[in-house]
Amino acid sequence: MLTSAFYFIAFVTIFFAIMVVVSKNPIHSVLYLVLTFFCISANYIFMLDATFVGMVNVIVYAGAIMVLFLYVLMMMNLNAIAEQKRSVLFKISAAVTGGMLLLVLVAALKDANLQIQGSALEAEQRIGSIKVLGYVLYSKYQLPFEVASILFLVAMIGAVVLGKKDNSTKTIGIEPVK
Amino acid sequence: MFSLENITNTTHTWLNQTFSPTLALLTEFLIVGVLVIGLFAVLGLVLVFMERKVSAVMQIRLGPNRVGPMGIFQTLADTLKLVMKEGLTPNGADKFLFNLAPFVVMITAMLILAPIAFAKGFQMWDINIGVLYVSAISSISVIGILMAGWASNNKYSLLGAMRSGAQIVSYELSAGLAVLSIVILSGSLSISDIIASQQNGWWIFKGHIPAIIAFVIFIIAVTAETNRAPFDLAEAESELTAGFHTEYSGMKFALFFLAEYVNIFIVCAIGATLFFGGWMPFHIGSWTAFNNIMDYIPSSIWFFGKTFFLIFLIMWFRWTFPRLRIDQLLNLEWKYLLPISMFNLLLMTFVAIMGWYF
Repeated sequence: MLTSAFYFIAFVTIFFAIMVVVSKNPIHSVLYLVLTFFCISANYIFMLDATFVGMVNVIVYAGAIMVLFLYVLMMMNLNAIAEQKRSVLFKISAAVTGGMLLLVLVAALKDANLQIQGSALEAEQRIGSIKVLGYVLYSKYQLPFEVASILFLVAMIGAVVLGKKDNSTKTIGIEPVK
Repeated sequence: MFSLENITNTTHTWLNQTFSPTLALLTEFLIVGVLVIGLFAVLGLVLVFMERKVSAVMQIRLGPNRVGPMGIFQTLADTLKLVMKEGLTPNGADKFLFNLAPFVVMITAMLILAPIAFAKGFQMWDINIGVLYVSAISSISVIGILMAGWASNNKYSLLGAMRSGAQIVSYELSAGLAVLSIVILSGSLSISDIIASQQNGWWIFKGHIPAIIAFVIFIIAVTAETNRAPFDLAEAESELTAGFHTEYSGMKFALFFLAEYVNIFIVCAIGATLFFGGWMPFHIGSWTAFNNIMDYIPSSIWFFGKTFFLIFLIMWFRWTFPRLRIDQLLNLEWKYLLPISMFNLLLMTFVAIMGWYF
């Protein structure tokens, strides 16, 4: 039952992921990507029983990041006609690069140990429960957690600095005005 | 005493005795589905009528008073009119997304209803991360709005959708932080646990000043999230005709309209659950006699009473404050509400650690 459910969800996920690449319209691509994230969340929730991770995936990716993607694409008003044609060489090199990344991922995950790690207490409770997750995050993985938060802070400040209005030169139209 | 819990329990045992467990479960799904759709229809009718009457009172006029006694059938007549109307799809529109968008908005509204406890023991799905589930699903409805705005192929719709997107994404943060401060106090993300933790008093009274600040921020943020005046820039009728649903007509428009009112109900129900104890009657600490008297009022009445009080509050805002400009709106969130709610969260954590709440 669980295996067939996994195959079904995995098939749907891959179908939507392919549609992201195949569809001509960028807006449709983003909407398919949203569906892909939903399917990944479904995988977390039903297969791993990790409701918390699944919900956070929906909030962060489907809710926030994809909305910003949609926002930017709608603002630029891209459509199928405006899409510039790529040369054949470009397409082949993209396919080769993507294929090599796939090869590396398969090689890395082939011998992965899929057993649940940790003490008997942790294995006893569900791996997705927030209590266990919080405990592990703030004891065993505290340093990486804090380093990651500093990374986010730096990225945030960087975005503010980049987005800040440059007052030294004012522009009217395309001509810079001194 | 009248109790919804008894009705559900009786139905559940009767179904399980009569049918096989699978069939009983399917029947229960069906009953819940019909009840949700019924609740949506009734809410739409009642809330639209309530809004028109409240606005009439605020502006010292009579409001609808022709159809039925006191005009109570006015919204029914309006709905009938909308059903009869033709649902147009513009030629330049992205047809599939244009027709899909109202349903996306509606389905997300339906999904949020799942963890809400309407009365004691009357809850569809007691998920252990209920509050998180609500904020996850509510962030999806903006995709429906953006879809509607873009697929209409109309500049007013697109502008309305953009404004709505910017607004919902930013105000979600303050609403989330306000919700988190109650989660800190109750120590659980599950809706039923949060209600149970208010057995000896509601959090708005027990949590002192930080809880009151959190409540004020929550009410402001959810008013903005549901695109209600004074934050209704998404459909500012004097600037954008009707915002993201300019091109919609007939039943498709009605779905957007209904979703707006259902969303108001949902956010008010969440607010009532977090700050006013959901279905929990008004209890004061250890005054057993007083608490027992309060228990005689059915829990469903408590829940709907609190929710409708909050809905009235939001309607009151709409007919009292003028609309904000887009820069004022974003300044209010990013320069005032977000820092205040972050500081408030820290304050709340401090209060919770020191045990300064009742």
